[in-house]
Amino acid sequence: MVGFIIRRFIAMLLTLVAVSIVAFAIIQLPPGDYLTSYIAQLASTGDQVDPRVIENLRLQYGLGEPFYVQYWKWVTGIVQGNFGHSFEWKRPVWELIWGRLGNSIMVEGMAVIVMWLIAVPIGIYVAVRKYSLGDYLATVAGFIGLAVPNFFFALILMYLAYVWFGTTMGGLFSPEFENARWSLPRIWDFLAHAWAPVLVLATAGTAELIRILRANLLDELKKPYVVTARAKGLPEWKVILKYPVRLAMNPLVSTIGWLLPALVSGSVIVSVVLNLPTAGPMLLRSLTTQDMYLAGAIILLLSVLTVIGTVISDILLALIDPRIRYGSK
Amino acid sequence: MAVDTLQTSLPVAVSGRATRESQLGLMWRRFRRHKLALISLWVVVLFYLVALLAEFLAPTDPGAYSARYTYAPPQGIHFVAVNEDGSWEFGPYVNGYKTEIDPVALRRTFVIDEEVRLPVRFFAESKPYMLAGVIPMSIKFMGVENPRDPFYILGADRLGRDMLSRLIHGTRISLSIGLVGVTMSLFFGIVIGGFAGYYGGWFDSAVMRVVEFIRSMPTIPLWLGLAAALPKDWSALQTYFAITLILSLIGWTELARVVRGRFLSLRTEDFVTAAQLDGASDWRIVTRHMVPSFTSHIIAAATLAIPGMILAETALSFLGLGLQAPIVSWGTLLQDAQNIRTLATAPWLLAPGVCVVIVILALNFFGDGLRDAADPHGR
Repeated sequence: MVGFIIRRFIAMLLTLVAVSIVAFAIIQLPPGDYLTSYIAQLASTGDQVDPRVIENLRLQYGLGEPFYVQYWKWVTGIVQGNFGHSFEWKRPVWELIWGRLGNSIMVEGMAVIVMWLIAVPIGIYVAVRKYSLGDYLATVAGFIGLAVPNFFFALILMYLAYVWFGTTMGGLFSPEFENARWSLPRIWDFLAHAWAPVLVLATAGTAELIRILRANLLDELKKPYVVTARAKGLPEWKVILKYPVRLAMNPLVSTIGWLLPALVSGSVIVSVVLNLPTAGPMLLRSLTTQDMYLAGAIILLLSVLTVIGTVISDILLALIDPRIRYGSK
Repeated sequence: MAVDTLQTSLPVAVSGRATRESQLGLMWRRFRRHKLALISLWVVVLFYLVALLAEFLAPTDPGAYSARYTYAPPQGIHFVAVNEDGSWEFGPYVNGYKTEIDPVALRRTFVIDEEVRLPVRFFAESKPYMLAGVIPMSIKFMGVENPRDPFYILGADRLGRDMLSRLIHGTRISLSIGLVGVTMSLFFGIVIGGFAGYYGGWFDSAVMRVVEFIRSMPTIPLWLGLAAALPKDWSALQTYFAITLILSLIGWTELARVVRGRFLSLRTEDFVTAAQLDGASDWRIVTRHMVPSFTSHIIAAATLAIPGMILAETALSFLGLGLQAPIVSWGTLLQDAQNIRTLATAPWLLAPGVCVVIVILALNFFGDGLRDAADPHGR
């Protein structure tokens, strides 16, 4: 087990390095360097440009030096907790994003939990009652869930809430709780706001999870040990829950690997539609204003979160499935 | 014994023309059994026909605006009119509009005026235009008799542009992005996946690591980052291809995996070994024996990749970093529907989203049917 975790960690570190290179490449993509445009922007608003400040910035980011030198400066900065400077907000990037990133993690984490809470019971039900009305309904709902883009679902939800209840949905907190400390009323306020984005994010993945669980469970239920258990007179719920369901869950845990990237992707666009204070809208804004250190940091951190989430799911999978723990090499 | 069977089976094979079917014929036969897939095929064909005949089907130019009819509600189209004396009148028509002042918002709104009937002509004369940019035509599929009358079957947008026409032109862009993007992804996928599957070894594992890496990244932030770097002064066509290229940069991974997987599994099949023992060259084995047996899989996989492309383009354009304003796609159309107040006054702006859902569903069912039909071991 320890060996497995170490191997997985080394692979993760390599992936993180690759992720950081991609994120830095995106920072570098827009033509011209940001310092030049920053100076132009300062000059156009009539601000005095202090040559020493500019020179410091140039030195800090290694502008004008080769790609790898700039990358190295950027990455070593990040390791020390310095994500660079947002030229638009005139503040350090980290200060701007950590709160929003926390919100992102919260919404996405809740979406994962909701997804499982919905998918597992339904998946078990449709596998046990194959070709029943419920099975067909779940299949149809699943296909629609797959075909409706996240943001479109959010738009429709927003429209219906406005037409039926006259409320404008959006945000994660009411104004009075925006900057308050965490307390019971604030948690309640958060839940009252967060259910919509969480529901929207959960739909697409739920359909896929149900489909996988159904297929796996159907395979398991056909196996002789289930017949044996039944023949020995075990109550039906025990026959199903004790072994087949546990076995059918294993592949489900491994789906987190592709579910998480899709979820993080989806949350960016849903957050823009529902105006959530998460990393998504800030990424969009920083990209349109070419505030590249901010954008790069968000892309980097979103990807890092995804990678770490995937590693956690791998370790979970190894914990519940000894074949993976001992099987690989 | 062996000779016996050969002799008895030979005449059947030679005389019975009906027993011979091409690979595609067999596939089609299996495909037809999926009713849902078959219906979806027609839906997909219909949508692509609309995309092809956009100029003919769209009543007006997608950019034609009219300040007099901002946010005019959908007229619908009626075929039977009941007169006041109870008699019926046949023939398509649309209702006119009358303006009312909203007592609360003090805003001018349009209401359908049941009194006014504007007859609709099919195959109506119009200003000359070029169909798909090549065929000169001067007939539109439909239009009102007097071209100055309002004709907004699906309503109008903020600038009084006809939603239906914009939707039809958007169909062309969105669907073609799906095709072009998948073609590009297919090219990368076949070349890279093919090499990986053929050579194996370190190249194969390197390619697979890259594929895994790309697939473990959240796509939308990555796409946004790449799309934001496109120069603002590029022409519509340049942006179009650049966006498609960006989408394919991530889209190729799935197809490469499929191609590589087929290559690897087919290499150990008996018929490949048989061909090798017969002394066939590598080239002949690949082109004559291997490729025909997995083209159908590739087609199915490619079909299933189109929805992802369409969704990605829609999402990017919706966020404003994909295709830009003068280009009309479902995503750019939905951009107008971002604001809840606009949405409340003009819910018909959501129509492109409905199209997206229908097309994605149809393409998914169609692709699933194709995949099942392409699998010789399937039921």
